[in-house]
Amino acid sequence: MSDQLFGIHGDALVYRSQRMGILASNIANSDTPNYKARDLSFTDALRSAAGAQGGAGQALTLLQNQPGQLQASHPPGGAQELYRIPDQPALDGNSVDLERERVRFTENAVSYQTTLSFLNSRIKGINSALTGQ
Amino acid sequence: MSLFSIFDVSSSAMAAQTLRLNATASNMANADSVATKPEDAYKAREPVFSQVLEQNGGGVGVRTLGITQSNAPNPALYQPGNPLANKEGYVYASNVNPVEEMVNMLSASRSYQTNVQVMDTAKNLALRTLQLGQ
Repeated sequence: MSDQLFGIHGDALVYRSQRMGILASNIANSDTPNYKARDLSFTDALRSAAGAQGGAGQALTLLQNQPGQLQASHPPGGAQELYRIPDQPALDGNSVDLERERVRFTENAVSYQTTLSFLNSRIKGINSALTGQ
Repeated sequence: MSLFSIFDVSSSAMAAQTLRLNATASNMANADSVATKPEDAYKAREPVFSQVLEQNGGGVGVRTLGITQSNAPNPALYQPGNPLANKEGYVYASNVNPVEEMVNMLSASRSYQTNVQVMDTAKNLALRTLQLGQ
């Protein structure tokens, strides 16, 4: 029911907060030797969210070709954590580009706020439908 | 991973950068210290960072593994009038490179500022999420 009410925005909020945590880790470890910067794949997240809602996208599921094999439960944010490909190698093995991570963090925060305002307007609409005023 | 784990990650990074700033301050303060023997002369100190996975599926924080001492040679200065001079009239100065330390200081303070901004953004977004529907 809540999925139908809020559409994809619930999944989007989960994805955005997860990604914010990962980008914060990247920024925190900008001076840590051998730290590899990571990020979430938006395509994966969108596909898994659309698949979970029965949309046009295809959710990736485990193949069950033997009886008794278990199906993996669908995680709330189905995005995979991937390592970033650095522009240039660093001598200490760190692959964080601080400026780029900052830009991505800001962009992600703006997207989070966008999702929040979508949710807010949806809640307002439901409220006015409930009160009828 | 919730928004709250960002506070743990950013605060661990801020603590690490504070330690780095502290080491830089010690180095700069002792840049002109001298000693009679090269073993006793001041050696530049620098912290070594390592990544640490936060509990409960949080992000990746920063931990300080330890402090390393620079093994650059301590320069010998000919100062026969110095009370610390040895028989030949030499004192051994610290091996601190002031230019390196200035760069370290700038880098540490920038990193600290960035982490404060990250924390601030996370706080604002968490507050806005709490106000959802009001």
